[in-house]
Amino acid sequence: MKNVPAIFVREMKAYFVSPIAYVVLVVFTLLTGYFFAAYFNWATRYQGEADMRVIFLNMSITMLFVVPLMTMRLFAEEKRTGTIEILMTSPVTDAEAVLGKFAASLALFTIMLALTFVCPLFLIMYSTPDIAPMAIGYLGLFLLGAAFLALGTVTSSITRNQIVAALISFVALLGLWVIGWMSGAVGSQIGKLLSFISLVEHFEDFSKGIIDTKHIIYYVSFASFFLFLAVKLVQSAKWK
Amino acid sequence: MIEAENLTKRYGEFTAIEGVTFNVDEGEVVGFLGPNAAGKTTTMRILTCFMPATDGVARVAGYDVFNSPLEVRKRIGYLPENVPLYIEMTVRSYLNFMAKTKGVERSARRQRVGSAIELCGLGGFQDRVIGKLSKGYRQRVGLAQALIHDPPVLILDEPTIGLDPRQIIEIRNMIKNLGGEHTVILSTHILPEASMICSRIIIINEGRIAGTVTLKDGKVAVIESSTSGMVNLAESGKVYLRIQGSSEQVLPELGSNQQISSVQLESEEDGVGTYVVAHEAAIDIRAELASVIVRNGWGLLELRPVEMTLEEAFLELTREKVSMG
Repeated sequence: MKNVPAIFVREMKAYFVSPIAYVVLVVFTLLTGYFFAAYFNWATRYQGEADMRVIFLNMSITMLFVVPLMTMRLFAEEKRTGTIEILMTSPVTDAEAVLGKFAASLALFTIMLALTFVCPLFLIMYSTPDIAPMAIGYLGLFLLGAAFLALGTVTSSITRNQIVAALISFVALLGLWVIGWMSGAVGSQIGKLLSFISLVEHFEDFSKGIIDTKHIIYYVSFASFFLFLAVKLVQSAKWK
Repeated sequence: MIEAENLTKRYGEFTAIEGVTFNVDEGEVVGFLGPNAAGKTTTMRILTCFMPATDGVARVAGYDVFNSPLEVRKRIGYLPENVPLYIEMTVRSYLNFMAKTKGVERSARRQRVGSAIELCGLGGFQDRVIGKLSKGYRQRVGLAQALIHDPPVLILDEPTIGLDPRQIIEIRNMIKNLGGEHTVILSTHILPEASMICSRIIIINEGRIAGTVTLKDGKVAVIESSTSGMVNLAESGKVYLRIQGSSEQVLPELGSNQQISSVQLESEEDGVGTYVVAHEAAIDIRAELASVIVRNGWGLLELRPVEMTLEEAFLELTREKVSMG
């Protein structure tokens, strides 16, 4: 695993040389900030109380659109330019390549989340909010993001077109998001299974400020599974 | 250093290479010569562990490319045909990254990057972004990354493609000087380039090895055909003459010489005849021919040895396949 840091650093540099990273950061923080301002304005006026729950849910949906843009270039760009040929003929294992790139996308995502800290910061400055639920909400977002990014890493490794990678990632994430909505319509056993698979179901508790280890395990397993899948896909691409 | 045995690569119905067998000894600079789509890149990609062979075995630096790819990859420097580089990086940071991923120890990294930069003539360009470099300089960066960890084996796919004449000469000299300390296999479809750089040339055509040409002092010395199994010493032992004099007198005079095996009159015009004289190989009868001609009072207009060119060797080897298949 000694090559992971080198690949991580290179991928981070590549992010910040292209406009994508900046676009993603700006769009996400802008949308989040706007929604935060609008909601708290309304809620403090007409509701008498407010919390970050709605904000977190809103951020999770924005992530659906924005996170595929972070992962689309990871392998697709290397395949397109041919640099994958040098990567795959250097003494770097497929796992090192996948982990290094995933780690870079996770770091970028974390920066993106951190930029939105300005919102709870306002709350702390002007009132005395409960810190714990907010921290738990961000933890949930982080885990959700890790899952999204792992899936995006997989889609990037199956195509050489970044746009296709982003689209497949978006559609897959959306699918896994809404799959829980059917749980009401089908039988109770299948319904439970569907809502268990759903990415958003597990996030609900985090947004309310509740930590439940089963959700953490879900997200970690999800991410691990897809990262494992990514390694296998990268290996199998050489077999054609 | 490099052993390929019966390498075959099939994509469904299409066979890219078949039965490719060859060896490269340590320190050799071997050329892989063939027309486009002959299978050169496919073979190299198998040697560098980029893709597995459908059949056959390959070993580089003693390690099997299929069973121990990581060991092979530590010991090779590979420059693919299209020279893919991370164009957003500077030369120095790119070479640093390559040094890291190729396992150069931290303490040696700075020195190795520096020496690769110097060897490839990139001094002064270290902080340039690769995307802003010309093709020739990108090729040098590509060569630098192949050399960065001082690998025992270098595998270069068409290293001079797309360069201007001056850059081509520089790269060729660079590659030639790498032999001895490194084992080099390079592919090309430019015949003169192969004869300039390589000591031995493996000819591949339509996915199969057609034969091997061994060079001595840049000239064809031995030809081995893979299809017919024949080995020819290409010393043709021929001398080309243009003599002013009557062929009726010249032919018998030359023909009577014991060292000459045959004389052929190619053409005659205005009293000047063109002859090709075949003699025993390994002897130089030019001086004797000259003195015979002058002694007989004929005008010696032109005298030169006829050497088989690489083109002829190439055509001969690749022609056999057509006639046999």
